[in-house]
Amino acid sequence: MAKQTPLYDKHVVMDAKMVDFGGWDMPLRYGSQIDEHHQVRKDAGMFDVSHMSVVDFTGAQVGEFLRKLFANNVDRLTTQGKALYTCMLNEKGGVIDDLIVYYMDDNWFRVVFNAATHDKDLAWARQQAAAFAVEITEPTGLAMIAVQGPNARAKVCAVFDEPERSIVSGLAPFTAAQVGDWFVSRTGYTGEDGFEIILPGAQAGDLWRSLYGEGVQPIGLGARDTLRLEAGMNLYGTDMDEQTSPLVSGLGWTVAWEPASRNFIGREALEKARAEGVTQKFVGLILEDKGVLRSHQKVIVNGHNDGEITSGGFSPTLGKSIAFARVPKDATGTCKVEIRNKQVTAQIVKLPFVRNGKAVQ
Amino acid sequence: MSNVPTELKYTKSHEWVAIDGDTATVGITDHAQDLLGDMVFIELPEVGDSVEAGKECAVVESVKAASDVYSPLSGEVVEVNETLADSPETVNSDPYAGGWLYKVKMSNAAEVDAMLDAAAYSGVAAEDAH
Repeated sequence: MAKQTPLYDKHVVMDAKMVDFGGWDMPLRYGSQIDEHHQVRKDAGMFDVSHMSVVDFTGAQVGEFLRKLFANNVDRLTTQGKALYTCMLNEKGGVIDDLIVYYMDDNWFRVVFNAATHDKDLAWARQQAAAFAVEITEPTGLAMIAVQGPNARAKVCAVFDEPERSIVSGLAPFTAAQVGDWFVSRTGYTGEDGFEIILPGAQAGDLWRSLYGEGVQPIGLGARDTLRLEAGMNLYGTDMDEQTSPLVSGLGWTVAWEPASRNFIGREALEKARAEGVTQKFVGLILEDKGVLRSHQKVIVNGHNDGEITSGGFSPTLGKSIAFARVPKDATGTCKVEIRNKQVTAQIVKLPFVRNGKAVQ
Repeated sequence: MSNVPTELKYTKSHEWVAIDGDTATVGITDHAQDLLGDMVFIELPEVGDSVEAGKECAVVESVKAASDVYSPLSGEVVEVNETLADSPETVNSDPYAGGWLYKVKMSNAAEVDAMLDAAAYSGVAAEDAH
């Protein structure tokens, strides 16, 4: 039996197509996935992301511990509520998960992990924490609602009364604040402005209803995938995993190499890979022919089957198929992609495809 | 509940056919298009291709995934719905008329007898939904 979020009944009432996602019964779409995608790009949409894992790291040595556990450096976080995107690596430099970590105070960091990786993330963190004065706890009974889109900020602010509204409207991108029982962050996974709100599950239905009253439409995980793909944002398990390092997953920018003395887990392997020369790069593809790019299709550059699509699909904003691919480092211009034994032409581009609702390619 | 016109014949794999003399028009059902979601690309057979009952003959790609279409009947493809190249979403909006996929000149009309009628297909679709 799949787990249900506090908003499950809302999805059923709204006639959502439900799917299993990492052991959770989640809404794929409520009607047309493409309409939902455009709704977020043009106005505002809300996603139930309560399946994601909220984990608190507390204790006297928490900063020291997270400097070791994460490839990005939590020392960059010096103000309350500031967020950092990072990978948690294994000793071989493979990605155990990607996550957002928030600085609450010197003895408390809050982390949001992916849903499907929950058990192994916790097991790994606990194993590594044994040598530190750190406690790892999971607040229970929470819900998480993401509101995204160019009008998300105005519509979220409308559901708050003063003085909470001032706090929420004043949040800078990639920062969070505790607003009563709620944890509100100006973050998201769509390339649009917006918020992610973590709150007690018992209050989630009321917030969902209030947002709906402001014209925020419910959006399923299907559109969440096409939105993040257009925005050039990686998906764990598809674009990176324990066998691939951040250096070949377009996440090199999240690795904090300085100071050289910070010995984070996976550093040695990444340094070795860098010294030997990274032979692949992570790029975007735009299909010039008809068809749809999908994960695991072969990418042929200069006649060699050296590349692979990690995730692909149809871009509603561009009206074409797009993908992320791992290709040889020197690949530029165009490539071929093999779809059902036919070769089609795709353009190699830098990510993202879409920024703030507009095509950048 | 999805629409299942009584005058058509169906397969368990969610294709429909409309028979006109020795020619059959083939499409996918309302139930199938609803399950798959927004269509973004349809790969059709070519006119002159031989298709065989139960074998893959086309691919419908929705935003979610690529799905094979299995030919309900054997024969020669005599016409394909070229309008789907520019408007694949017609399969969603009008699966039994504008969203037809191809027409086949049947080589074995007896295959039609093995297909499901609307009542039997409704049972398959209902079971599939649970």
